[in-house]
Amino acid sequence: MQSQTQSLPPPAVQQQRVSSFVRAVGMLPILIILAIAFQLMSGYLLTGDFASAWGAGRVLSVQNVAIVAQQASINIVLAAGMTFVIITGGIDLSVGSVLAAAAMVGVLTSLDPGFGAFGTVTLALGVGLLLGLANGTLISVFNLQPFIVTLGALTAVRGLARLLGNDQTVFNRDLPFAVIGNGTFMGIPWMVVIALAVVVASWLVLRFTVLGVRIYAVGGNPKAARMSGIRVWQIILFTYGISGLLAGLGGVMSASRLYAANGLQLGQSYELDAIAAVILGGTRFIGGVGSIWGTLIGALIIAVLTNGLVLLGVSDVWQYIIKGFVIIGAVILDKLRQ
Amino acid sequence: MSSRTTAASETPVLLEMRNISKTFGAHRALREVRIAVHAGEVHALMGENGAGKSTLTSILCGMLSADAGAEILVDGAVKPIRSPIDARRLGIAIIHQELALADNITVMENMTLGNESACLGFRSRARMRARCEPVLERLGLAWARDRKVGTLSVAEQQMVEIARALMADARVIVMDEPTTSLSLRETDRLFAIVRELRAEGRAVIYISHRMNEIYELADRVSVLRDGAFIGELDRADVTAEKLVAMMVGRDLSTFYTKEGSERVVRDDAPVVLSVDGVGDGGWLGPCSLEIRAGEILGLAGLVGAGRTELARLIYGADRPQTGTVTLSGKPLCLKGPVDAIDAGIAYLTEDRKGLGLLLDMSVHSNINLNVIADDATGATVLNASAGTKRSAQAIAAMNIRVRGPETIVGTLSGGNQQKVLLARLLQRKPRVILLDEPTRGVDVGAKSEIYKIINNLAAEGAAVLVISSELPELIGLSDRILVMREGRIAGEVGGGSGVAISQEAIIGIATGSDAITARA
Repeated sequence: MQSQTQSLPPPAVQQQRVSSFVRAVGMLPILIILAIAFQLMSGYLLTGDFASAWGAGRVLSVQNVAIVAQQASINIVLAAGMTFVIITGGIDLSVGSVLAAAAMVGVLTSLDPGFGAFGTVTLALGVGLLLGLANGTLISVFNLQPFIVTLGALTAVRGLARLLGNDQTVFNRDLPFAVIGNGTFMGIPWMVVIALAVVVASWLVLRFTVLGVRIYAVGGNPKAARMSGIRVWQIILFTYGISGLLAGLGGVMSASRLYAANGLQLGQSYELDAIAAVILGGTRFIGGVGSIWGTLIGALIIAVLTNGLVLLGVSDVWQYIIKGFVIIGAVILDKLRQ
Repeated sequence: MSSRTTAASETPVLLEMRNISKTFGAHRALREVRIAVHAGEVHALMGENGAGKSTLTSILCGMLSADAGAEILVDGAVKPIRSPIDARRLGIAIIHQELALADNITVMENMTLGNESACLGFRSRARMRARCEPVLERLGLAWARDRKVGTLSVAEQQMVEIARALMADARVIVMDEPTTSLSLRETDRLFAIVRELRAEGRAVIYISHRMNEIYELADRVSVLRDGAFIGELDRADVTAEKLVAMMVGRDLSTFYTKEGSERVVRDDAPVVLSVDGVGDGGWLGPCSLEIRAGEILGLAGLVGAGRTELARLIYGADRPQTGTVTLSGKPLCLKGPVDAIDAGIAYLTEDRKGLGLLLDMSVHSNINLNVIADDATGATVLNASAGTKRSAQAIAAMNIRVRGPETIVGTLSGGNQQKVLLARLLQRKPRVILLDEPTRGVDVGAKSEIYKIINNLAAEGAAVLVISSELPELIGLSDRILVMREGRIAGEVGGGSGVAISQEAIIGIATGSDAITARA
């Protein structure tokens, strides 16, 4: 081993190791800096002096952290599915619309007591899964561009969601699965528990299963993967299926929070936040490289940013502008460090 | 020939690089290398992969900067080269192994790219044509002026690169393994042009792994090893033994020799692979061949003769339209590589980076890619310890030089990458092994190791098919050789064919100039 070590170009190897580590936790410092900055700023706004700003800040209060986690949870779930898709070199623009359709199905079926909580949730998830598999079939079997297919689905499924409720908001005050959006598990909101469970499950799949290795392989070099006997179309189909299923889960979570679903507004432009979270998390846009923990950090950055700007009383218009610049700036910073 | 050599050494030194060092982090890629190139000479630069040839030429054309103390002299005067633009101004052009042309625009547009003739921002096609035409005519490319580069063959694209160098009136032209993907005929044409460039007093720095090209073209050879300048040989002093010894720093007496004494194919050895009338329904096939257990069958032919295409049909990477493939007497229905792998057929692609390796992934993952499902618990959960064992064993057995199994494959040299790919294929213990250009882009030391691996596989009873454009290699390895021409198997040498194996016989059949002997 020792003698082999010497005969190699060591810096290249070292660089590779460092860069894969940096990619994994890359954005964590930015998340921490953002949180601290907002804590200080919000405290300063309240007290007017720096000395007591930290203690008075509201951003890192237990209550607010719980709110941020809850607000981030739906995006975390969508971004987890998006991570699978982007690692294979694809993109799923339809998740926001799929979320709306699944939420509509969930609320509508819940109005019929025959389905029960389990039945309605299963149906909503099933709709998400089916729509995802439809995307995946068009992409992997018919060899169409993911961007085009899911762009079409973004529009068509949005229409479908509106159609489902006759373009009306549907309510159910006795939503059978309302506990998901409002209940807690050992003091932690179910929304947060679900999001974390999705992240852990995704990590297990990507890191410890045959499927996980093949997902990376297909993203890294689809032709080589095929020559190695991997059924590439199955892997692609799976990733879009998962993305659809998790979008369906997102729909269940939104509906249970609101006791309602609206085909027009629900999940509008959620796909952009999900993609932003994945890219902020260091996943390579052309596929082959990426991690689910990075995605989690990326989603938390977006949530902290949104929450912090609201607490500082920044107007909605400026929130958009600042968010956009922070996302681009964070990615530039990440690139510079590598 | 010797008179020409003398003439070249009498001409003034056109380009001199002195004291060139380059450090990447803790790694010294080059150590005080020097090279002097005369006007009107073809100067071969040789060395194993990783010896520093690319680093040196990258410094020359301004893509890398050398460490302090380096001096580059053009016409005897020190000239700093800080960027590719500097290099171009000094008349230095490089033709990379991977061509740097835009496929989607025309030859003329490529030639004038970055230096378009324009009037108030509008392109002047007439003026560009006037500039391009003489150069294209010289190279016999006038017909291609308005063709899109993507529609040209690799050889023609290479000519476009040369045209670009001539447009800039380059005086020093670096060619990095220009013949890797050229056929014999195209190679001849390239050589004629290189000789013309030399006759005009330009200097050509020529990088190649192929000995016979060096004999044919080079006036002088400089050898690098492990980033250091080892020596310079004049045309007259060049011998294969000397060059190899300089390149690897050790004697390679077993190079190219078949260990035939240990490995004899017995006539009663069972036929493992039988290909009968396989074709793609178009120009390729029908082709038939048989390989016995323990046999190495060579497949020769010019580039474009259909060798890779035939191997892909046998492997199921493309679907055969006619014929059958039989493995140990059992007919196979191959719908894709999945079925071939399951049946026990392995295929080493000629396109290691494009179709073989996962360059962003580790050596460990690459070696295990085909067997993770077999090793996995319940075919789902990765079996980390089995995988670790496999990669450690393969790294040791194949002498893959890596820091560790987690090293990213893209950072390895060509030879080590090839060994990783080979190691992956062998994990499934295939009974039929199809090797397509197994030593392409592999340095001399690793080549002999790969030969040893191939011989061992056959000795263990596998049926091996080797495709290679390097005839000495193919002759050295194979028990008998089939020669393909225009999509068909045109003849056989060695074995029971009655024709002795020789380069002349193979080239004769491959080019069709010797059709009568081939049939005999």
